[in-house]
Amino acid sequence: MSKVEHKSESGSEESTGECAAGDTKDDKGLGLGVIFFILAFVICFLSGTLLFPKLLYSKKEQPFNFDHKLHVEQTSDCESCHALREDGSFNGIPKLAKCMECHSETPLGETKDEAVFAEMYVAKEKEVPWYVYSRQPDCVFFSHAAHTKTKGMDCVTCHGPIGTSTTLKPYEENRITGYSRDIWGQNIWGIKKHSWDRMKMDDCAECHKKETGHQGYCFQCHK
Amino acid sequence: MKVDRRSFLGLGLGAVAGISVSPVILKLTDDSSIWTQNWPWTPVPVDGEVSYVSSVCSLCPGSCGISVRKIDDRPVKVEGLDEYPINDGGACLHGISILQYLYDPARIKTPLKKKGDKFEEISWDDAVSMVAKKLSDIRSAKTPEKLACIIDKDQGSVSGLFKRLMKSFGSTNLYTMPSFESYLELTAAALHGKGTTIGFDLENSDFVLSFGAGVIEGWGSPVSCFKANASRKERGAKLYQIEPRLSNTAANADKWVPIKPGTEADLALGMAAVILKKNLFDAAAAAKFKGGFNKLAATLQNDYSLSKTSEITGIKETDIEETATLFAKAKMPVAVFGKGRGDGSQSLKELIAVHSLNCLVGSINRKGGAFIQPVKNYLEFPEESMDDAAKEGIAKPKFGQYVHDLFEKVNVSSQPAVEALFVYQSNPCYALHDTKTIKQAFGKIPFVVSFSSFMDETAGEADIILPVHTFIERLEDIPSGAGLAKMVVGLSKPVVKPLFNTKHPGDILLLIAKALGGSIGKNFEWASYDKCLETVAGSIWKSLSKSGHAILAKGVPEAPPEVDMTFLAGNPASVQSNGDGDLMLIPIDNMRLPSSAPAAAPFSIKTVSDEVLKGKDTVVEINPKTAGSLKNYDYVTLTTPVGTAKVMINLNDGMMPGVIGMVKGLGHTFDNKYVSNKGVNINDLIGPVIEPGSGVDAAFGIKVKISRA
Repeated sequence: MSKVEHKSESGSEESTGECAAGDTKDDKGLGLGVIFFILAFVICFLSGTLLFPKLLYSKKEQPFNFDHKLHVEQTSDCESCHALREDGSFNGIPKLAKCMECHSETPLGETKDEAVFAEMYVAKEKEVPWYVYSRQPDCVFFSHAAHTKTKGMDCVTCHGPIGTSTTLKPYEENRITGYSRDIWGQNIWGIKKHSWDRMKMDDCAECHKKETGHQGYCFQCHK
Repeated sequence: MKVDRRSFLGLGLGAVAGISVSPVILKLTDDSSIWTQNWPWTPVPVDGEVSYVSSVCSLCPGSCGISVRKIDDRPVKVEGLDEYPINDGGACLHGISILQYLYDPARIKTPLKKKGDKFEEISWDDAVSMVAKKLSDIRSAKTPEKLACIIDKDQGSVSGLFKRLMKSFGSTNLYTMPSFESYLELTAAALHGKGTTIGFDLENSDFVLSFGAGVIEGWGSPVSCFKANASRKERGAKLYQIEPRLSNTAANADKWVPIKPGTEADLALGMAAVILKKNLFDAAAAAKFKGGFNKLAATLQNDYSLSKTSEITGIKETDIEETATLFAKAKMPVAVFGKGRGDGSQSLKELIAVHSLNCLVGSINRKGGAFIQPVKNYLEFPEESMDDAAKEGIAKPKFGQYVHDLFEKVNVSSQPAVEALFVYQSNPCYALHDTKTIKQAFGKIPFVVSFSSFMDETAGEADIILPVHTFIERLEDIPSGAGLAKMVVGLSKPVVKPLFNTKHPGDILLLIAKALGGSIGKNFEWASYDKCLETVAGSIWKSLSKSGHAILAKGVPEAPPEVDMTFLAGNPASVQSNGDGDLMLIPIDNMRLPSSAPAAAPFSIKTVSDEVLKGKDTVVEINPKTAGSLKNYDYVTLTTPVGTAKVMINLNDGMMPGVIGMVKGLGHTFDNKYVSNKGVNINDLIGPVIEPGSGVDAAFGIKVKISRA
């Protein structure tokens, strides 16, 4: 046997041996790989589902608490404060002047929040910088008059039973878009149980499809 | 077990798979699409309650009604006010840019005092007491005439308060900047008697003979003129435009008649000669002419034959005859005057000669003609109480009739002729001819007080600046002028709360008067300007406050007034231009560029074409025959007896050979990056030429030398 042949043989022997050994290691490696895969999968999945929303949204407290229930009891409806203007546009969150139709620098009640309101805003004639949970992007046109007045929809359908709440929840702002978490909905999967859980375009389309038979055209909202 | 690369692969794949089935990718895709469609750095109009406030624009004498749209307290858009008697919903580019003036970078935010070359901020109390102290010193020296004042216009309550302060103080040296209104009043005074003015019924005229009036380029009340011109074709009315340049108005006219600059008066007289010769004049009207009409007729026949007029003006005899005949034979002709915007220097002889054509064909106080009416003094100020110093002061003669007389007096006097000067809402250091001389005069006045909203060229020369609200931050009566056939007073309202530490000019005068005390203080005993306006507007206040305007006169005035031909019968000499160059430099009024205060808004200057302003260079118009070997956008140096300037040229067949046209309104030097340091101010190149007989600065241009730069 020549030197070359010997080398070749021993080489092939070595390689065979390595392959055999490798097969055994592969099995073990695959097993570990599977464990790592599962581990990483679970960690990432849980992070994406549980940790991600906490990172995505920053929590902001409203300037002071507002008791919707108390106000609804006094006024008996939503429209006393959230009203359509003469031109049909919606006033949204009322301005200070509207509040001052009832309130003054002297608080009506005894709550700490009203004292803050009277002292910090009424006395200084400063608008309250409320965070608006339902604020849509500027590229969206929405007419409250068309929905509530023409079609007689209830505020609750989109805004939920906010009129019975006694406290304001923290405003969760999406760090990327700057909009409220309530647009996407509390459920990070976007799953809703009630009609007011989400305010995305698909939710508008879904209701329109159901009520009018057509989901609507782009320009109806994106003018 | 050994951790190898496959373990890492497993780890990576697991991570990717875990993330993929979590909501992260779905959510981030959605969020990033929202983010990219609503860039956070892009300004978004704030949502709020929409409201509209009606007011009146006072950027020019056009006095259009405006409607300002507001979102909550913030004005966001200006539009023309529907059914307003002057503009009926129309607006010009300056009117829609009003809000840019509000936020102009050159706004003066608080009272300022000159210290060295710079200004330092002072309080209102300090500023007013410094002014009052200086004025008291002038009065103590028994030289009240040494307080002079320049205001932007003659009419209105703020001008009325300035006049009242000057009179109570004892000075006659109050001057208004040259304006179309002042020329209308001077022309009317010469022909129909003092205290009258002229309006043109363009919207009903069937033949408009325009002697260089930029009917669609800012002349008169611009929007009203646009509307009258727009309906011209429907009405079958004609427009003949006489000027050296194919302006937009000339291009829009039925006929353009190019004329040698400065010979318009001769053409008008030549046309009058044709009308007389052909017996086309209104005999009944002419029978009542006074002041040597026969003498004038003889002069016209001798000196203004067709051949002579043609030689002087450079217009073919047939064109002169045809135009004069068509004008005289038209049912409702009107000849309009005031070159360009009508507010630049004008020759009174020319204006009177042109208006004489209206008188000759009987187009006075007739539908579609020229309306002669008394200037309406609709304000009822109580009579001033005058102390001895004031009585002595107003007995002293005024330095001259016109604002250039004031500066000449200051410049020729070795001792200060003027100790203190008030300048209100005008920019003489930019807008008057030979700005160098004007600035020199400012340097010789020890105490200059500027009432300006903007740090313009003149405010920069002041010792004290008392910043005033812009007109959309204040209440004020705005009388219409601008040669309108109807007389309307509009009420300019505070559309927005003042942005800065500024005051109403009326309130500043009240403060100064109170600080001076005595009879001056007594003459200004109103609690505020707003109260003062309510009181002095008297009978029209109800209409002003209720409907936002009051109509003082509309429709055809009764009986034509008398016509006195004395001025023309004296055969006054025509104005000649200064200099010894081969070419004539004339100013061009461009609708997009205001030539007086305030300067153009950033938006307006952006609309100026490359053939007027290219980069930072003024582009002058020149006929290719005159330009010789020069090509478009070549740099040239223009040299006049007053100054030199490097400009670009634009070869334009529409410019008469031998004439160079340069736009007005460029070359501002104050601190406003949008408007200033663009082009050349033509007033740096043209000097005043005082017209014999009238005393007005009638420079229509200047001789210029041109050389390749």
